[in-house]
Parts: sequence; structure tokens; C-alpha cells
Amino acid sequence: MSSEKGTEPLFSKKNKKLITDPLTDNNPVTIQVLGICSALAITVQVNQAIVMSLSVLFVIIMGNLIVSVLRNLIPSRIRIIVQLLVVASLVIIVDQVLAAFLPDLSSKLSVFVGLIITNCIIMGRLEAFAMANKPWPSILDGLGNGLGYGAILIIVAVFRELFGSGTLMGIPIFGNPLPGEESGLYAMGYQNNNMMILPPMALIITGIIIWVQRSRNKALIEEH
Amino acid sequence: MAINKESNQFTFGFAIGLVVVLGVILAVLSEGLKPYKDKNVRIKKQLDILSAMMDVEKAGISRANAEEEFKKYVNLDDAVILDYTGKVKKSEKGVSAFDIDIKKEFRDKTLSEKDKNYPLFVAKDKAKNTRYIIPVVGKGLWGPIWGYICLKEDMKTILGVSFDHKTETPGLGAEINKPFFMDRWKSSKILDDQGNFMKYEVVKDNSGAIKGDSKIDGITGGTITSKGVEEMVNRTLKIYATYFKNKKS
Repeated sequence: MSSEKGTEPLFSKKNKKLITDPLTDNNPVTIQVLGICSALAITVQVNQAIVMSLSVLFVIIMGNLIVSVLRNLIPSRIRIIVQLLVVASLVIIVDQVLAAFLPDLSSKLSVFVGLIITNCIIMGRLEAFAMANKPWPSILDGLGNGLGYGAILIIVAVFRELFGSGTLMGIPIFGNPLPGEESGLYAMGYQNNNMMILPPMALIITGIIIWVQRSRNKALIEEH
Repeated sequence: MAINKESNQFTFGFAIGLVVVLGVILAVLSEGLKPYKDKNVRIKKQLDILSAMMDVEKAGISRANAEEEFKKYVNLDDAVILDYTGKVKKSEKGVSAFDIDIKKEFRDKTLSEKDKNYPLFVAKDKAKNTRYIIPVVGKGLWGPIWGYICLKEDMKTILGVSFDHKTETPGLGAEINKPFFMDRWKSSKILDDQGNFMKYEVVKDNSGAIKGDSKIDGITGGTITSKGVEEMVNRTLKIYATYFKNKKS
């Protein structure tokens, strides 16, 4: 590591780009359209989306780091299996820690934590980036992609929870919706949109985000 | 380098080494976190038992205070363990009703009917009314379903139930843990006037399901799970019904 630090500043322009790119022009969810499955499944509540994002962030950073450190040792014939092993182990660690310390969220996220293993973003970054780059850029790449994924997840979750349940992180925003004791907006006849809680709405919101992003950035529009 | 990275020996060696290292890390982690996980499971069970007899949320009981609150309501010394004929089993040393894992016993195909345990919890609510809480376990469509049934002091009227499941279909069978379904069981009686067991029937399209009756409206689209609940409740309550009948007379 020390020799690498000597040759290039830790946050050189190139390294910064590794973090900022996946947040904007190369977002893993909206541009590469990866990891959609979990974006649909666990964006009903912001809390779940945050825990899921942190889990993915941990797995992708550690996975990138480990694979990058081992990249010159991993026999190329079994590299995918090795990557899978590393990711699977990290996911089990996350799953166990959640089960021990956040049992309620853990039971809500249930299979989706396990499914981080199949999240294409992670395998994609390991194979495309960490196998060919030094540990420090790999960590940054993991950080960028994890944050890019998490950002979209949380944006979608904010919309879905706010308009679907009238709360944010479980805190009522629009008042009390209980029949008979309505307050706030509900007293004026406002109703939660149950469609928001259903999976199709996650797809539609993700679609809208992609649409907004593409229409604002001409470089992203493909010519056909 | 002297080592040929692409040789078979190195490939095997690398794979074995990696698996061993990861295996050790995961095993250590799993063992290290076991006390926490066991505690969470215990608390979940306590909350499930309590929620059969009352609205846990309204009573201000959460994971944080579940253990103290559970002790206030449920006296585990009063709990008994029945055998499959509804007779009280001779108490085995060190085996408490709470620690019996009926899910495991239900799954265990090698365990004979005679050896299965049927725990019964006795609780007191705030007004000191006696409550009997019966754990049930059965099969849904995809995986196990389980729950607790709470009887009033008359030993036959259902005060409340709490059902849960592992992997039933969301929106269909998974609805068995929703209040609308669990409320349908309230105030129905498990014994008729002669003290015989009333078989429950989970019916479709609300045909003849009256509140307080032994016909319970099932969940549309969740037929197999609903039938699983029916089978689970009937199989288990039949055993306890014998116990209650004998206890009363």
C-alpha cells in the first residue's frame, strides 16, 4: 500500500471520479440498470432502504478490497467462484449481525439480505474493477457504487413511504390516518395511496428518476 | 515467480485455503453472536405469547421490556406439559414448558406421537383473570406456520390468537398474521356444552361464518394456508380439549 500512496495522491482527480461517477453519470441502478430486484422489494420504508444500502455498501467495499488484494493470486479459472465465496461470506456476516442486533429489521428484510449475493452490481464491480485495480481505487469504486445504489434506493423509498404510508422513517408527516381520530391532512380528506406500497410503483418511480436524469443530461441519450 | 498460478495444484490449494479461512471466520462469528440471537428468539416468543392475550403495542410492550413484562403476566411455574392424550406429563427435570421447541418436534419425523410435548402456558391478565395459552404449529403452503391461541378463564372461549408464518405468499397466505384474520377467531368456543371438542372449519366466501362460531372465514387466494391453519388448530386443540374437559369435571 505504501508504495501506491507515494505515486498518487489518495484523492487524485481520477480517484475522485471513481466515487462521483456512479453517483451521477454511471449510476449502477439508473444507468446500468443493475440491482433493480432489491430496489423494488425493500423500498416501502426508508428505514429498510437505509439498512439495505448500508449492507450493500459494506459488502461491496469489503468485497472489492479483498478481491483486489488477492487479485494477483486468484487462479483465473476459478475467479468467479472465488468472488462468489467472498461475497457470500460477507453477506452471511451482514445477515448474522443484523439478526443479532436489529432483529425486527432483519426479519423484514428476510431473504433480501441473502439476495445481496446475486446483486449484479457487486459481482459486476468485483469482476470488472477489483480484479484489475489496486486496493485503494477498489475501495473508492466500491464506495461510489454502493452510494450510487443506496441513493436511488433511498430516493425511491422516500417517495413510497411518504405517499404510501404518510410517514418518513416511521414518523407521521401528514397527521394521524386512523379512522375516527384523523388529524392533519387526513382530517381534510387526504388518503394514502396504497398503490405506492405495491411493487409496481417502485418500478415506476425508478423509471421516472431515469427519465429525469436522461432528459437533463444529453450525453446519456442514445442515438438509434 | 516459482509458483505457477494456473497449475492444478495451486488452484486446488487456493480454493481449499480460501474455504477454510472463510469457514473459520464465519463459524467464529456465528458462535460469538449466538447469545444475542438466542435472546432475540426468546423475546420474539414471549411477544408472540403475550400478543395472543392482548394488544402488545397498546400495553407498551416492545422488545426492550418484553422479558420483564412477560414475567408479570405469565408464571412459567404454572405451565404444564401435556402428552398426546391430553394428560399432564410427569415433569422431567430441567425441562421447562417455555424451552420446548414444538416447531422442531413437529418437523422431527423420527419422533413418535407419544414423545411429543404439548406445553400449556397459564397467564394472568391485568384484572387477574386466568388465561390459557396454547402454542400451535403446522404446515402452510411453502413452509411452517405457527401461533398461539389464548383461552379465557372458562377454558373454552378463544380470547385471541396470534398466527405467524415463515414464507407464505405475501398478500395471500401471508395474511394469516394480520389482525383482520386473527380477529375472526375471537370469542368462538373450542368446547360445546357437553365439553366435547368443536372442530373448526375454515370456509370459503364467508359461507355461514358467524362471529363466535367454529366456522371461520378463510383467506381468499390463500386456501392452502387457510386449510393449514385449520388442520393445525384442530389437531392441537383436540389434545388440549381433553385436558380441559377432564380438568373441569
